[in-house]
Amino acid sequence: MREMLLKGRKVVGGTAEGELVVSRKPLSFLGGVDPETGVVTDAESDIKGQSIVGKILAFPRGKGSTVGSYVLYALKKNGKGPKAIIVEEAETIVATGAIIAGIPMVQGIDVSRLKSGERVRVDADRGEVEVLNGRPSGGG
Amino acid sequence: MYLTREEELALAGEYGYALQKAMEILVALGDIYGADRLIPIKSAQVAGVSYKNIGDAGVEFLRDFVEAGAKVSVYTTLNPAGIGDEAFMEKQREVLELYREMGIEVTSTCTPYYGANLPKFGDHIAWSESSAVIFANSIIGARTNREGGPSSLAAAIAGRTPNYGLHLEENRKATVLVEVEAEVKSFVDYASLGYHLGKSLGNDVPYFKNLRPERAESLKEMGAAMAATGSVALYHVEGETPEYRGAIGDNLEEITVEDSDLKAVREAFSDDWSEMDMILIGCPHASLPEVKEVAELLSMRGRPLRVPLFITASRAVKALSDALGYTDVIERYNGKIVPDSCFVVSPIKGWYRGIATNSGKSAFYFRSFGFKVRLDDAENLIKEAP
Repeated sequence: MREMLLKGRKVVGGTAEGELVVSRKPLSFLGGVDPETGVVTDAESDIKGQSIVGKILAFPRGKGSTVGSYVLYALKKNGKGPKAIIVEEAETIVATGAIIAGIPMVQGIDVSRLKSGERVRVDADRGEVEVLNGRPSGGG
Repeated sequence: MYLTREEELALAGEYGYALQKAMEILVALGDIYGADRLIPIKSAQVAGVSYKNIGDAGVEFLRDFVEAGAKVSVYTTLNPAGIGDEAFMEKQREVLELYREMGIEVTSTCTPYYGANLPKFGDHIAWSESSAVIFANSIIGARTNREGGPSSLAAAIAGRTPNYGLHLEENRKATVLVEVEAEVKSFVDYASLGYHLGKSLGNDVPYFKNLRPERAESLKEMGAAMAATGSVALYHVEGETPEYRGAIGDNLEEITVEDSDLKAVREAFSDDWSEMDMILIGCPHASLPEVKEVAELLSMRGRPLRVPLFITASRAVKALSDALGYTDVIERYNGKIVPDSCFVVSPIKGWYRGIATNSGKSAFYFRSFGFKVRLDDAENLIKEAP
């Protein structure tokens, strides 16, 4: 049981509430997330095999090809996208992807303080991530 | 970040959805990287063309973007396409058509500066394609960050780019000194030098001492390799490149490159001829002098190649080669000039297993895709090939 309010900065506005999937490693979208299923396929990822569909996805930063932005767009269009994205450090690939897909995104959050399975509320306009008091549900 | 009244209106969607999205991307990148404002650009070079790379996800985005009225507002050229089977080519043609509908010149080359799009010194531009970025910054002295496909497209539509990174004078200074003790003469010596340094330099700005390239092509090759194994976007060569004066400050870290470093690169790519089923010249796309050299080497060889030779080049260079008779010579010896295309971004895994090339960039990528690779100068490749 814990409550916590983390403060970062907006990259893409909007709000969302849901269950966290947290990657401890940088994430590549091109070849790293299947746009048809929303399952992480990046061989080097610590969340390989997990689904990001309808989750709040947190990871330190993006990596890999710049056309990874289009994968985020396709995920959203296929109804397989994350509800919101939380990163420590925004860079071109993920920021551009979140913008064209219209996925709320916050940067400047210490992702090591988040755990998969926790419920969070993201208010990207205020740059806030609130870890909700309650039952952690499944996941890591 | 400061925005003009016009830019504010564009960001608010007053001029349509496509320009609004483009502005959102540029403003977000400006905020992330601390830009004070947007600056006008003279041209854009857009990557994200091969269907192998962008996939259905990219095609879907481009299609929606065209439907939303996306049009470029500055002169914009395009990266090479991929080559594949008929199903692949159908998708590839659709990608090119979508870019054409945005008003982009479908030049399909990684060397836009050989004809279609030559910036001048000091121009602010927004280019993607890492080998073209490092060429434009270092050899021409134009100013661009290492854009990705989507960010260069956003800049092309808005005609602007956020003012940060290599657009600013202070970020164009050297961050590391490279003392070249190795003998660097041939094309592949330069490729090996770039390949070796890229791995340790990351996004540094190296300053080379003791480098005397005879041809710009050698620097083109060195930069391409350095931008492939690392993410270098600008370098200076003492006495050679346009911004070397005043580029070094005090207390710079120093790296020494010795013969053994270059030898190690060549040895890493020395797979046997028996495993080679194609020879590739022109990564980045070949210049006219490079095509001419191959034609002369083939004539000297005097007998056709059993392993086919491909030269990838821009359509401009291909047209000149046709007109000047080099294409005929090359085809007589089982060679072919392939315009508008790039093997690195093509699904050729089932077609070929081993690639002999004079390109450090190609060596790097094809090895990472699981190919056998032989790296050597065109002169040796053409002399020794079966």
